[in-house]
Amino acid sequence: MRGGLWQLGQSITRRLAQADKKTIGRRCFASDADLKKTVLYDFHVVHGGKMVPFAGWSMPIQYKDSIMDSTVNCRENGSLFDVSHMCGLSLKGKDTIPFLEKLVIGDVAGLAPGTGTLTVFTNEKGGAIDDSVVTKVTNDHIYLVVNAGCRDKDLTHIEEHMKAFKSKGGDVSWHIHDERSLLALQGPLAAPVLQYLTKDDLSKMYFGEFRVLDINGAACFLTRTGYTGEDGFEISVPSENAVDLAKAILEKSEGKIRLTGLGARDSLRLEAGLCLYGNDMEQHITPVEAGLTWAIGKRRRAEGGFLGADVILKQIEEGPKIRRVGFFSSGPPPRSHSEIQDTNGQNIGEITSGGFSPCLKKNIAMGYVKSGNHKAGTNVKIVIRGKSYDGAVTKMPFVPTKYYKP
Amino acid sequence: MWASSIANALRVSTASRTSFPPAFSLTRCFSTVLEGLKYASSHEWVRHEGSVATVGITDHAQDHLGEVVFVDLPETGTSVSSGSSFGAVESVKATSDINSPISGEIVEVNTKLTETPGLVNSSPYEDGWMIKVKPSSPSELESLMGAKEYTKFCEEEESH
Repeated sequence: MRGGLWQLGQSITRRLAQADKKTIGRRCFASDADLKKTVLYDFHVVHGGKMVPFAGWSMPIQYKDSIMDSTVNCRENGSLFDVSHMCGLSLKGKDTIPFLEKLVIGDVAGLAPGTGTLTVFTNEKGGAIDDSVVTKVTNDHIYLVVNAGCRDKDLTHIEEHMKAFKSKGGDVSWHIHDERSLLALQGPLAAPVLQYLTKDDLSKMYFGEFRVLDINGAACFLTRTGYTGEDGFEISVPSENAVDLAKAILEKSEGKIRLTGLGARDSLRLEAGLCLYGNDMEQHITPVEAGLTWAIGKRRRAEGGFLGADVILKQIEEGPKIRRVGFFSSGPPPRSHSEIQDTNGQNIGEITSGGFSPCLKKNIAMGYVKSGNHKAGTNVKIVIRGKSYDGAVTKMPFVPTKYYKP
Repeated sequence: MWASSIANALRVSTASRTSFPPAFSLTRCFSTVLEGLKYASSHEWVRHEGSVATVGITDHAQDHLGEVVFVDLPETGTSVSSGSSFGAVESVKATSDINSPISGEIVEVNTKLTETPGLVNSSPYEDGWMIKVKPSSPSELESLMGAKEYTKFCEEEESH
């Protein structure tokens, strides 16, 4: 997994882009011509963005600020991320909710209109195909955002099931929002700065809520959510208005909100204890093992009716054999695939994400251990380059989350 | 990061007045490359003085890696071979192997890096050195790049 110094900066791309196997092993000149560009590409380059291949896109891994400074600044002031590589999707039709509930674990029917939640698309074995934030706009319109690296796979999966559903008379259709770009605005200044750009009262809009509104003169989809643990928003903006909106946000913050790349985004989500699909969640991992049982909802637990429900409901009843947990550790930062041992040197699992926390100034990691070793405070050994280092199971998030709730 | 690199370059340049011929900068990334050192294509430098060769990573390398948070180094007495990994640098961004530009026996390890890995960023050619080696085949040095050659190499790599 490790690169030499000559692969400078490419390692993280590979680490982050595992969902997209094509990216692995590519070097600096990874046929840049094949990479897709967001409408903000030139804007990134002008602002010093170091562009790297990520899930088939050329994306900024960092700008002029270091990853350490960017991460800390997000929590102290704020960050603006271009996440237009992610895929926004609308499902419409009067049977949209029963259709989607066959594919995801969440209680979509139970969501109030204008609210959303994290959910997981599952396969027949109960494994995760992708995680996604799903929003009920109205009872016949669902808006969701899926991972860039999973786009093709997810769309194929949804399309197959949609065909079958429609052939039985179900009313559902989709629209892929390729005409829009997605910006994530995160941190304590996110709300005050965005308030300058809209007449809607953002103080009445809480974590998980969704609105269609005018921001900086453009009709946007606004979701109070994010991937950093901070308060903030994801703004789906018509692509022709994306650069203007990005400029307006930076300007209104008087330079305090900084453009932030994928490197700091990874540190931030790790500090917040959030999964990166392809690392911390994969096809063979169930939402129960991943610690996302909370996302299943009472009614879905009672009724099932989603792919792999038999496996998942049985796991809830009996307890999963492995569980995702967090760690603090000494020595070098654990990375994906580092072995986890108990204090007797027996293998108990593997790290799936890890690094040095810019905010806590120490190593943090997450990984899967055999049940029984998952309680906070359990001492473990983490093996890195043949040497074992002390670690302990720790509750997540590592850095307290600051979601805006009533 | 640019700002700190510039400060770094200035400081190293000043230091070079006493110990080295003048340093010069890469046009694109403001990294310092020192005259008098030899460079490997994997971005390590080696300074051969008397019977001992000191090895570290270049300013260009530390600049790309970002803040170094841990340096994994071998024990004194172990042998290293040219082109092979002897340790690793962990930055916030990634883990990278460090290769030895020369073969020989390690006679000293920079233990200061255990407590202060950031020396690799703040002083890549001085306080951030990594190992001192007693070369077994000093002629290996001849196949390494000089300062001008390495500067050009970095510029070409950057332009990819």
